Amino acid sequence: MISQPKRTNSYWRAGEPMVWLSAAALTLTLLSAAILLIVIMVNGLGVFWPSPLQRLELKDGSLVYGQQIKVEETADKSALRRQYKIANRDLYGLDFRWIDEAQILTETTPEELLVLERIEHGDFYGTLKSFEISKSVGPATLANLRQQLQIANNDLAQLAELVEKLNTASYRMEKLRLELQKLDYRKIAIEDPARVQLMDEKVRLEAQFTELVKLQTKRQAAARQAKAVFADAAGQEKSIALVDIVQAYAPNQMSTADKLLFYAYKLKELLLGEPRESNTEGGLFPAIFGTVMLIFVMSLFSFPLGVIAAIYLREYAKEGIVVRIVRIAVNNLAGIPSIVYGIFGLGFFIYGIGHGIDSLFFPERLPTPTFGTGGLLWASLTLALLTVPVVIVSTEEALGAIPREMREGSYALGATKFQTLYRILLPMASPGIMTGLILAMARAAGEVAPLMITGVVKLAPALPLDGNFPFLHLDRKFMHLGFHIYDIGFQSPNVEAAKPMVFVTTLLLVLIVLLMSSVAIRLRNKMKKRYTFGTF
Amino acid sequence: MNSIKIDNPIIEVENLCFFYGDSQAIHGVDISFPEKQVTALIGPSGCGKSTLLRCFNRMNDLIDISRVEGKVLLSGQNIYDRSTDIIELRREVGMVFQKPNPFPKSIYENVIYGLRIAGENDHKLLDERVESCLKGAALWDEVKDRLQDSALGLSGGQMQRLCIARAIAVNPKVILMDEPCSALDPKSTARVEELISELRKDFTIIIVTHNMQQAARVSDFTAFLFEGSLIEYGLTDQIFVKPRNKQTEDYITGRFG
Repeated sequence: MISQPKRTNSYWRAGEPMVWLSAAALTLTLLSAAILLIVIMVNGLGVFWPSPLQRLELKDGSLVYGQQIKVEETADKSALRRQYKIANRDLYGLDFRWIDEAQILTETTPEELLVLERIEHGDFYGTLKSFEISKSVGPATLANLRQQLQIANNDLAQLAELVEKLNTASYRMEKLRLELQKLDYRKIAIEDPARVQLMDEKVRLEAQFTELVKLQTKRQAAARQAKAVFADAAGQEKSIALVDIVQAYAPNQMSTADKLLFYAYKLKELLLGEPRESNTEGGLFPAIFGTVMLIFVMSLFSFPLGVIAAIYLREYAKEGIVVRIVRIAVNNLAGIPSIVYGIFGLGFFIYGIGHGIDSLFFPERLPTPTFGTGGLLWASLTLALLTVPVVIVSTEEALGAIPREMREGSYALGATKFQTLYRILLPMASPGIMTGLILAMARAAGEVAPLMITGVVKLAPALPLDGNFPFLHLDRKFMHLGFHIYDIGFQSPNVEAAKPMVFVTTLLLVLIVLLMSSVAIRLRNKMKKRYTFGTF
Repeated sequence: MNSIKIDNPIIEVENLCFFYGDSQAIHGVDISFPEKQVTALIGPSGCGKSTLLRCFNRMNDLIDISRVEGKVLLSGQNIYDRSTDIIELRREVGMVFQKPNPFPKSIYENVIYGLRIAGENDHKLLDERVESCLKGAALWDEVKDRLQDSALGLSGGQMQRLCIARAIAVNPKVILMDEPCSALDPKSTARVEELISELRKDFTIIIVTHNMQQAARVSDFTAFLFEGSLIEYGLTDQIFVKPRNKQTEDYITGRFG
């Protein structure tokens, strides 16, 4: 009689432990990714939701207005303490305060408490006392304040138009200055008609510019006339110009619908607005634009370069020791730390090529660099170099995966190598090539280190794309979400106040990468459907 | 050499040797293929019949380490001359492969691929050619309503007939078939065999096959190869009924192979 195998034996034989082990490994990976996303989302999504503004009465008799941030144990673990955002940085010097729970006598949420978002000094928490406006505007209520803010906003819009004009004028003047500089450099005589014409133009522009500046100063002064007086918890009064207030709201009066509206407004500001307060408030539009544009320009360089290089490697180069070495080298290129690419970009592109361009085409401006300094073009090229191995490897693999019969079928009908490549191989390899591009884009979107030395800045004065000829300014410095995170998270003077923005920016960066990848993946699936075999 | 005299040869092979690197795959084969007839190449696996077939349209050129000695004359012209235009040669010598290999394009585009790459863009002419070739490949009735659909949606047998249509679209003199039915079911095989008998009116066909019955059914002449040498060549009827060579007889009767 055959003896029954022991239970443990059959357990091992069925391979149960391997199933568990592999499942656990997968779970761990997914879990860490999920936790990452959840942490970012929990912290990022809640930032714009208006939380109640509390009025605290402390045991020492003082009053505090604040929004509760978190609760934790005191150092000796005997009681709890709370962190409040108390705002009013210009009055108190700090935005946050820890208060022991034992100190709190009462906490209420009076409806009249206001939050003011200001252009400078962060938020203001307090109550509206009175208006300081020449004409009578009625009682000091939130509705009236909103109405007056609307008027102030219109003034600001007009001012913004003026600023736009000023910018264009100063851009033209700069162009003119450079033209004149060029003439100087070429030692063109003062009487030369070309120079005379330019000088006339300059005089005209300068007059126009002074006029605009005067107008701006006047309008600004007029706009700053309208003020309102607010009081903080301690009753200290503060007069604030209405144009300095971005918006005012009373969180304790808001219904859920109001809060949703407010949230939507903040989202819009985030996506389309300009940053304020050394980037810790306001919108991220320039950074979003810079990131997307960087990846786009990067793809324009790395995609064709990588695909064509891979075609040579796979289709034309004779298989041998040299090709094998090249292939290994390309694979290893992908593993070089990105900062090394950054240094290379700085040394080769900026100091080498950029300086070369400057001395050839803009010698009159030297030593002020034009292309010989960091900019979108150099950063894109550096990233292109960084991602090209990814594109090469995936293109090569995609080409190699095409069955030999396909090539032979085409050759047998009298097709040349190029015709076969162009009509059969590339379309069939396109899903694989797209995969490479997706990976390259994702990698490029996450890189910050090489950008820091090739053209990213904390605050760019102008976008790389605007209405001034030639519209696309690849020599300009730009903003980037990844650098933005680093900058506000670690370089900001008020790290605690910047924290919500760090999470929001992170969330946004993740979303942008996700969005771009999903578009590319959709495209790839479409191609896959078209070019892959059904079953025979 | 057990061979017969061919009166109207279209392809004449003179002392052809073929090497993969250092190993010789074909040892001095002499053979002539008659025009507008079906010739079958049979032999056990690895005997060099596919390699020989691929010498006729220089498909072996794609293999880096290959080397050819001897002559292959197509209508009296040596295709291994330096002056030979390979593109032109492959238009005259079409090929159908073992596995159906339609391109990932529409049925229509598959048929006219050879014409398109030759620069033909006249829509009327292309339309006519698609119809005539698909009819020639006995596929027209099955696909005429979905010419713009992907060729990858066809069945295996249909795909192979599409590949035949694609090959005849460039109007070759010779069609090489490398085990065209080995990936097909019996029903599709029967249809392709029927098609081959039809095509012999207009084209010279050289077919490599593993299937003895198939060789007997479709071919007029049969050549038996063994270990890279031509053992026996003659009329199919004669070879299958009364082989002169002992090895041929052993192979045909199934004693080895």
